[in-house]
Parts: sequence; C-alpha cells; structure tokens
Amino acid sequence: MTREHLRILLPVLSLAILLAAVFYLQPRAMSYFGLNLLFNLAIPVALATIAQMMIIMVNDIDLSIGTFVSFCACVTATLVQDTPVLGYAVLLAAVLVYAGIGAVIHLRGLPAIVVTLGTSFVWGGLAILVLPSPGGASPEWLQSLMKSKPPLVPMAIIAATLIGVLTHLLIKRSSIGVVLQGVGGNERALERAGWSIVQLKALAYGLAGLFGVLAGMALVGLTTSADANIALRYTLLSIAGVILGGGEFTGGRVSPIGAVLGALTLTLAASFLSFLRLSPDWQIGAQGAILILVLAIRLLVTRREAN
Amino acid sequence: MKTDTNISGAHGAPVVALEKASMSFGPVHALVSADLVVRRGECIGLVGHNGAGKSTLVNVVNGRLTPTGGAVSYSELAAKASARNNAHAHASGVRSVFQELSLCPNLTVLENLRIPYRSMPRNGWRKTAKKMVMAALDQVFPNHGISANAVVGDLTIAERQMVEIAIAFSARDARANLVILDEPTSSLDAAIAQQLLEHIRTFCTNGGAVVFISHMLGEIFDVATRIVVMKDGQITEDRPTDGFTREGLVDAMGHVASHEEAGPNAHAKRNLGDVVVQLPNGLNARKGEIVGLAGLAGHGQAEALANYYLSETSAWRSTKTPKAAFVAGDRARDGVMPLWSILRNMSLLTLPEFSKRGLVDRGSEQKLADDWKAKIKIKANSLTDPLLSLSGGNQQKVLFAKALASSAPVVVMDDPMRGVDVGTKKEVYKMIRSEAQNGRTFLWYSTETDEVLECDRVFVFRDGEISAELVGEDITEENMLRASFEMQEAAE
Amino acid sequence: MSQTTTNTSSHAMSLRDLVQKPWIWAYLAAAAAFGATMIISGGQGAGSLFYAALTFAAFSAIVGVGQMFVITLGPGNVDLSIPASMTLAATLALKFMDSNPSLIVPGLLVAIGVGIGCGLFNFALILLLRIPPIIATLSSSFLFQSLAIWSNRGIRVKPPEPLADFTTGGVFFLPNVALVAIFIAIVAWVVLERAIVGRWVLSIGQNLRAAQLSGVPVNLVRFGVYVTSAVLAGITGFLLANFSGGANLNMGTEYMLMSIAVVVIGGSSIAGGNSNVPGIWGAALFMFLIVSMLNSYGLGAGVRLILTGLIIVTVVAFASKKGYAA
Repeated sequence: MTREHLRILLPVLSLAILLAAVFYLQPRAMSYFGLNLLFNLAIPVALATIAQMMIIMVNDIDLSIGTFVSFCACVTATLVQDTPVLGYAVLLAAVLVYAGIGAVIHLRGLPAIVVTLGTSFVWGGLAILVLPSPGGASPEWLQSLMKSKPPLVPMAIIAATLIGVLTHLLIKRSSIGVVLQGVGGNERALERAGWSIVQLKALAYGLAGLFGVLAGMALVGLTTSADANIALRYTLLSIAGVILGGGEFTGGRVSPIGAVLGALTLTLAASFLSFLRLSPDWQIGAQGAILILVLAIRLLVTRREAN
Repeated sequence: MKTDTNISGAHGAPVVALEKASMSFGPVHALVSADLVVRRGECIGLVGHNGAGKSTLVNVVNGRLTPTGGAVSYSELAAKASARNNAHAHASGVRSVFQELSLCPNLTVLENLRIPYRSMPRNGWRKTAKKMVMAALDQVFPNHGISANAVVGDLTIAERQMVEIAIAFSARDARANLVILDEPTSSLDAAIAQQLLEHIRTFCTNGGAVVFISHMLGEIFDVATRIVVMKDGQITEDRPTDGFTREGLVDAMGHVASHEEAGPNAHAKRNLGDVVVQLPNGLNARKGEIVGLAGLAGHGQAEALANYYLSETSAWRSTKTPKAAFVAGDRARDGVMPLWSILRNMSLLTLPEFSKRGLVDRGSEQKLADDWKAKIKIKANSLTDPLLSLSGGNQQKVLFAKALASSAPVVVMDDPMRGVDVGTKKEVYKMIRSEAQNGRTFLWYSTETDEVLECDRVFVFRDGEISAELVGEDITEENMLRASFEMQEAAE
Repeated sequence: MSQTTTNTSSHAMSLRDLVQKPWIWAYLAAAAAFGATMIISGGQGAGSLFYAALTFAAFSAIVGVGQMFVITLGPGNVDLSIPASMTLAATLALKFMDSNPSLIVPGLLVAIGVGIGCGLFNFALILLLRIPPIIATLSSSFLFQSLAIWSNRGIRVKPPEPLADFTTGGVFFLPNVALVAIFIAIVAWVVLERAIVGRWVLSIGQNLRAAQLSGVPVNLVRFGVYVTSAVLAGITGFLLANFSGGANLNMGTEYMLMSIAVVVIGGSSIAGGNSNVPGIWGAALFMFLIVSMLNSYGLGAGVRLILTGLIIVTVVAFASKKGYAA
C-alpha cells in the first residue's frame, strides 16, 4: 500500500466511522430522507472545499473563499434571478477576477494570505451592495435541481459523488491537472521545462473562482434566499476540509475525492451531536476535534512509515 | 523506444560546440575561453576539483546559461550565443540530470514525464507516458521493479534517481541526442550503477552522446571515450581515455601553482590540549587545534558540522557561555539576517553574554561592533548600514566577527570563504591561527585546497564517511584528491 | 530598513527620519480620515469622535500587538484562534465574576489564565503535530469557540458594576481602555526594540535556520510568542465584554481579519522579521476612522468594506514592491 492510498484511506475511514456511529444512534437516519437531511448542506461546503483545494494545490491559501461564496450567493439570489444575462456575466467576471488575482500574486510575489484577506473585505462589501438585507430568491431551475428527489439515491449523495469524480478526473487524471499539481510539487522544475507559472497559477485561481461560484449557487438553491454573511464560515471549513481529506499545506499534495469526503465529514460531525443528544454547542468543537484527531493519526502513520 | 535504430546523423557529427566560451559572474571568471565539441557516439568524462568550473561548463552546454563571451552552437541549427540557447538545446535533444532532483515528488512516475514533455498529445496521454517511461526504465535499468503509477515521493532516493535518468534518456517528441549526467551514480548501488554504465555505452554506440561527471574514477575510465579535465575555470586536458592513467588524472586535476608559503609555518608543532570534540563518525579535535574537513562538495561535511552545532545548543534554552559558534558559508541560507544592519547581525550570537535583565545593552553592543570592525577591517561606512549593502567578502567578515566575538571554545566553519577575495582570506587565516594559539578549536570545512593546507589535521569525506585522516606532512593536495575520488574499479 | 538601531550621534529624530518610518503612513491616513469626517460635520464633535476612535481602536490594538509578534515569526505564522480565545476568556471570566465586584482581580486572572491555556494548546499542536501554525490555530479555534458556546449557554452575565464603569470611563480625554492598550503597546515596543527576546523574534522571522545557527532558542521564543498572543486576546476579550455589558458569542468574529489588517496596514512586513508597534495603533485608529468617515459621507457598509479591502491589497503590493528580494 502506497502513501497515496493511505492518504485517501484516512478520510474514508473517518467518514465511515462517523456515519456508522450516526446510524447506530439513530437507525432511522439510514434512509433516503435521513441521508438527504444529513448531507444536504454538505454540497456547497464540498464545492467551496474544492475551490480551496485548487489554491492549496499551488502552495497558496485563500482566506476569502467564505465571503466570495457569500457574494456569489447574493448575486445568484438577486441578479441571476432578476436579470439572468447580467447575473451570469457578473459571475463570469468574478471567476476572471479570481484568475487575475492569482496572476498578480505570482507576478508580484505577494503573500496570498494577505491579498486574499484584503479581497475578502472586497467580496464582503460587494455582497452587501448587491443584497443589503437578507432576502432574494432562488432561480426556479436551481431550486428544483437542488431539491429534486431522484429515485433510490438522494440528491446530496449524487451531487457529492459527481463533484468528487469530476474534479478527480480534472486534477488527478487530465493532462493539464497533472501540470497544475506539479506547480505545487516542484515549481522550479516546471519553470526549467519552459512552463509559464503565471498562466498555471491564474488557471488554478480561476478554477477556484469557478467552484466558488458553484458553491454560492448551490447554497442559494438549498436555502432559497441569501444574505451577505451566509457563508462566512466556509473559509475555515474549506481549509479544514482539504486537510481532513488528506491534503497537505505545501507540496501540491491534494486529493479531490478526499476533499469532498472531508467536507461531508465536517457536515456530518455537526449533525452527529444532535443524534448523540448532546447540545449543539459542541458542533464546531466536534469539527475541530476531528481535525486534530485526523492530523494526529496521520502523523503517527507517516512516522511509522518513516521508521 | 527503440534505440537499436540509429539516431539520425552520422557518428562523429557534432551535437554541441563551444567556441572560446567564457562565463563571468561579476568579477568571478567561472569559465575561461573553453573550446569543446561534443560529437555523436562519444562519452565525455568530465573531472575536476571543487570550483573547477564543471557545473558552469555543463550549464553552458545545456543552454541554461548564456555565455558572456564566445559562442555555442547546436547541431545543424548553427546558432550564435543568443538568449534562446535554452530552446536550441531543447530542440537538439540535450537533456540534463543534476544532483538536485528535478522531479515533482507529488506526482507519479509516468506523470513526471509530462513535465518536460510539454507538447505531449492530450488524447490517451497516460498510456503514452506510461509506455515511454517504462520503455526507458526497462532499457536503462532492466528489472528495476519501479511501477509507473508509484508516487515519486514514496520511492527511495536511488529509485528517484533512476526515474530521473530514465526520463532524460526517454524518447519524446525529439530523441535524446546528448545526455548530461552530473554524479548520476552517487545514490545508486554498484549493480544499478553498472546497468547505467552499460546503457551509456549502448546509447553512444547507437550515436548518442553523453557528458559524464563522477567522483568515481573507476566509472570514468570504464565508460568515457574521452576525458576532459578542468581546473580554475579552464579546460586543461582533453584527450582520449587511453591517454590517461589514474595517477596521472589525479595529478592533472591538481593546482599548477605551488603552496609552499603555507608550508612549514602552518604546520609548526604546537602544544595541543585535550580532545574537546568527538563526533560519531570518528572526527575529533583537541583544544587549540585547527581541524579541516575536506573532500568534494556535498559529501556530508556540512551536515556533520550543522549536526554537531545543533547538538551543542538547545532550542529551548539560551546560555551566557555557548559551547560552540557557527560561521556560515551559504550566507543566504545559514548566516545572514537580510533585513538587519551590520551591527545587529554581528551581535546576535553574543547578546546574552553582555546584556543585563534581558535588555540589550546598546553601549556594549556598539563597542563590540566598533572593536571588531577595526580588528577584522570591515569596509563599511557605518555599522548601521544594512549588512547586504556590503560586498560578499565583507559580509563574510561580519559573520566571522560574530562567531569570534563570542566566548565559545569551539568555532565551526562551514566553507566560509566561498566567493571571498584573496586579501580577505589571508587576513582571516591569520586571525584563525592566532585564535587557535589562544586555545580555540576550529572545525573548518573548506572546498578550497589552500585553506585545507592551513589546518593541523584533515579529515577527508567521501559519501558521508571519513575516507582518510591526514596529519602534518601528509596534508597535500594529492592525498586529498586521492581520498576524495573513488580509485577502485567500478564494481562489477 | 529604518528600524536599525540609531547610533549615538543620531538620537534626535529629524523630519526625514520620521518620513522613513514605516508606520507614519498609518497615522497620516488616520489623520486624513479624521479630517475628512470633520469637513462634513463642519468641525462638530471632533472631541467625541476622537474619544470614540481611541476607545474602539484600543481593542484592535491589543489583539494587533499579539498578532504582530506571531506574524513577525515569518511565513506561515498567523494566529487564527484570536477571536475564539477572546470569546472563551471573556465568557469564562464573566461567568466566574458573576457580577460580583469583589471578584474583579481574580476574574482578570481567569481571563489571563484562559489565554495562557489557549496559547499552550496552540503551541503544543504546532510542535507535537508538526503542522503549520495556521492549521493548528484554526483547529484549536473550533474547540475554543465550542467551549465558549457551551459555557455561555445563552445566558448573558452582566459585568461587575465597577468594572463596567472602568471600561466605559476615562481620565481627562483618554478612555481607560485606551490607557491600558497604550501601556501594552509600550511594553511591546520595549520588548521588540530593546530586549534580547525582541531581537530573537525578529531574527527567527528573517531566517529561522540562521537564527538557530546563531544560538537563538527558537522553540522557547515561538512558544512565548504564541502564549503572548493568546493572553493578549484573553485580555481584549475581558475588556470588550465588560465594555459592552456582557460576553457575546460573536464578539470576536471581526477581530480575526482586523488583527491581521492592523499589522499589515501598520507597516509591519507580512513576510516576517520586520515589525513595528506604533503602526498598530495608527492602523487601529485608521480602521475605525475610515468607517466614521464613510458613514458621515452617507456611504454604507458595503463601500466601507470594499475600500478597506482595497487598502489592504494596495498596502501589501506597495510594501512588497520595496522588496524583500534578499
């Protein structure tokens, strides 16, 4: 078994154990509706986690993903609903801005963490301008898509699987995805081989923007309305999701399927407590504890391997 | 890949030709008027001591450096020295394998082929890449046991080296015409190294060319058709392998100039104290002794010194009586605080020694810096100028002052004279000698022979271990070279 | 860099020296925002605006000082647990005091103790799990926040009366909380500029390996910095809760970005190794005054946030232009 397998095994195991515990405590959760309820809100989190993963893949970090998703949600709930053409144009522009930010960060050698801190204020401000008070409405098709009830398997599971598989194909299997991972792995080697790091970083950031937009849209589809602070917690959750999913902070080691599993685990950890009849006060704490636990186990595993 | 089919172009046709190529980095002439033609079908063994200019020559050949003088031309594309040498080299099938690994550790073996092969067709690229990389691995290292889907980071160092070599030899959009191998066998075991040598021979027979750098003279004699010797940035010998003997080759690498002045004075008998340093690898030093660490760069000397220093200091406690002080050679990595003034850089190590109640005694700090500025003749307008505004030599003096100003009984020096002018060197040698007279012990790793000749005792490193201990009269360049290079036959 | 020690001959600070200080821009910007607000109001309420600015800037300044020490340690060092530590310390301290005036001093000690605990936990994660500080403080912040929610349980404990009076009161023109924050800033300045420990922190931020090879006890210093940051967060939470009439679970939220922003706008290098304390206060004043200015111009929260963000990005782009090429 290679380390790559271990990398994906850990998130699978953590999700499986947590899910088993939930089923044990509340057998009724083991149903179509139960699963849908458990994982419904995981879809936007998973998309945001994938967005964060794109950035971490090229050795940066994005502190603005939460406000960006909020902004996209606000645009979806207002502009896309009222004037679709303008709405989609704004979302497209937002993706391009993200790509631009990536290019500027590389060209000027800026610290991504502070630049995205600054842009997080900008997205937050734009969100308030677009939607000053909570409200708006979800576009019809989006709502019916997110709330659709396909036979046998709940929408949440289908969507999560789809996100995981598609991004896996894009990042792990495709020709360009491999090069993008290479940026995180050995930037100098790519430079020497003649690749343009600026273009690659812009691409990675652009992909992050794309998945941020999708996260915002999915969120509106579920909640049917938006507000400017709707997804602030996604910044921290998405970082935690990437790490839980076997990603590492440096070296371009990320796993899309792991990231989706990480997002599912974090969402499940929140609902787990209510099944445990513990006060929901511990929701966030449970997420933190799982993160620390997984990191500790990972350390033990890698250390044993090193010996 | 089929190398049995002859590579286009006749045997003996030039792949790369350097014509009076020179390379200067500021005042340093790393390559002086080098003439070299690499032809199809030959394997050139490139040898020379540290700093002889091997890596500069190689980087000019592969186009990474554009020479500051002279011309480089690649096969049929007769190109003058231009900014696009890199592209010419790429188009002519010039590939390099360096000691610093250029693989992406987070990718698999087959995915790593994608990085250098930029124009790889998209459709079914995995299959193509797998086929190419496995063909290359099978050809160079039969029975290698490496899977195309293994992540490079999970491989052993030897396996990574094998993958990198195989990728260099692999056929991509263009065939490999010239492969430059810089110490390719350093992490390979003997049997696998033998496979590589075998492949080089086949590759050359089929019309490819190889430039082979190694400290294992046995390998050079085994595989090279021609040997090029470098010394002080110049190509001093360029003859078919038959024209050399091992002894002759070692002599050819030695310096032309003699070092008599260092002689009797340097090795005058002195009364040395007890053993104060004892390293697990056998290196030891007595009080007041100057102990040299020699050998080719990168054979474990720097690691031994850093480990020793870190074992003598704590990451949790500070002390007014440090056991050792460290003088960095790789200044940017190990020595310099880039944002700080000369003054602050100089006092960092000694702050706890002269300060009260945790506050910096700025009067004493100033005095210390003034004293050492005069003592070691640092050329600076003001001690509050940024350290980086000084020349390299003067920066190095500051780092010396920092260490010597402390009360530490042992001073560890990690090749501290890299890029320092002769005048400065002489001054520092004198200072080290007088400090040693006063009972200080020096551990001195140097890549420059005349510095090692200053030492009382010398340990020569090879492959991370001590290959010889030289004392007094035996400290000669010849002995050091002999111990640095593996003299045995390449293992069968 | 202009923060090299002055030698004996140049103790007097000339105007040129002043302009070269990296922190001067934060004060100029704060003054400009103040002036612009006054233009609209025609000079009305200058005193009360100044008073309010000092009060609210005080909280940002204290957490900012802690964050500054952390950021000084170099790339990757950020304390994301500051908001959670603030909330936890405030909640536990107020609960402990239970509005009882005789427990004020022990209550403060509880807040400080919670800070020490948070800092220890953070550093233990960094050291034992060998994870980047940003991940360590992120995961621990989840735990701290949860602890705070659990211990709070929606009950809002009122602060002891004398303490509420103290935090909302002032001496002459200076709010008491500002006096505390100024005192903390002065101590921080002495530590950073005059103490050996300050040199150590700065050296680690520039070149960790070189610091270690120069005998700097790197683990001890990093340990101290993370504990200091958490303790300052605890003190801020304590003051803020007493100031606003009770602990509130969201009280720390805005201080995560705020603490980093005041460090960056104050002219400290985000890459570490080059920080200054005065800039923190200037930036904290600026962050408050820009809001008042935009409010007085009738601009909403949206524009305010956008401008804040653009200022941060501009400052970073400008700061790195001057280069850390080395």
